[in-house]
Amino acid sequence: MTESAVSALQLGLQSCKSCGLLSRPPAGVEEGRCPRCDESLEFRERQSLQRAWAFLIAAAVCYVPANILPVLSTTTATGTDSDTIIQGVALLWSPTGWPLAIIVLVASIMIPSAKILSLGYLLITVERGALTSGEQRTRLYRIVEFIGRWSMVDVFVDTFTASLVQLQPLMSVEPGPGLFFFASVVVLTMLAVESFDPRLIWDASGASGIAHA
Amino acid sequence: MSRRSELHNRPVEDAALIACPDCDLVQRLPSLGPGVSARCPRCDFELARERESSLQRTLALGVGAAILFVIANSFPMLGLSVVGRSAETTVFGGAMHLWNDGREIVAVLVLFTVIIAPALQIGFVIAIALAAHLSRVPRWAGALLRHQPLTRTWSMIEVMLLGVLVALVKIAELAHVIPGIALFALGALTFVLAAVQAAFDPREVWERVAWVDADAQR
Repeated sequence: MTESAVSALQLGLQSCKSCGLLSRPPAGVEEGRCPRCDESLEFRERQSLQRAWAFLIAAAVCYVPANILPVLSTTTATGTDSDTIIQGVALLWSPTGWPLAIIVLVASIMIPSAKILSLGYLLITVERGALTSGEQRTRLYRIVEFIGRWSMVDVFVDTFTASLVQLQPLMSVEPGPGLFFFASVVVLTMLAVESFDPRLIWDASGASGIAHA
Repeated sequence: MSRRSELHNRPVEDAALIACPDCDLVQRLPSLGPGVSARCPRCDFELARERESSLQRTLALGVGAAILFVIANSFPMLGLSVVGRSAETTVFGGAMHLWNDGREIVAVLVLFTVIIAPALQIGFVIAIALAAHLSRVPRWAGALLRHQPLTRTWSMIEVMLLGVLVALVKIAELAHVIPGIALFALGALTFVLAAVQAAFDPREVWERVAWVDADAQR
């Protein structure tokens, strides 16, 4: 396979990300248009790395207030209690509630941090022109892409807890300022994943494969 | 030498020639039997899967999803009662409450991911499946097809369902919680939406859609 591993880029062809048609741009043109569906075509998504870095850094910045600020505050006759995400997990932790506590812990704490680290790793290896483990890195990208949406779980837990528990003056629950930052982390990492062009993972190794062929 | 072109690209002569969307490897797509899929030899991406009666199943499941979606948004999702007091909420009510509490941006995000994006996802799939039944698939079907993956990315019904279940168990410690009709509709919708996406074969529609550059169509 290695000697015949030629990318569309090396052949000067562009593949449409919408309809999959492979086509050749007119001479001297870098950004053509798909003859079938009119999508604008590029060899690689423009400024993929810069945009992915921008979203990723913004997500990392939001990650701090997302974990420090309260996401829910509960008002009862005795006063108001505010909980951050990790305090919410601790509250769920009980002999019967621990499976849910683990779900929230994984979705809200582990997935977002693992996503930020994984994307950082992918971006750095692509920038350094890493030649190896393309298959593993592509798999990592797909896992990050697939799993990212599940971090939204905590946003929905807090939304519907707050909208249901409205029993003034007995007890009421309101969303806290941390919720905005937490939702931002989820959205920004999803945008970073969307911006990243996985074909870049293979460009360095593809070029070397051709050189050896 | 211009960077941006108004001219359309020229399609490659061999219609079976494709590049992997994930690693750009150029390869020839073999013709597939029913239920058979083709994967990229380099990165293992699923390039194509031949589905049986894809359009009819997509349409039927899409209509089913639309009905469940309407039920899920017309009835209460969760109710609660404690010492003679009760409250209930709907999917939309959750987003409205956030808005009224001054969390407008999060409210819009919730509204988008659990109502607008799923509605577009279902609507697009039904429209595409209907258009694909025409002898000549119109170009607007192509425009919908282009944006369909995006509606799928941001439609988060299944994630919301998990969140609601966690909230339900959490609140059950404080009060008596009553699951509403909408909750069951959402549970069914999660599976039907997954089935829609599994049955839907965009390639089949792309192969028959009217080309923008009609002269290049083969």
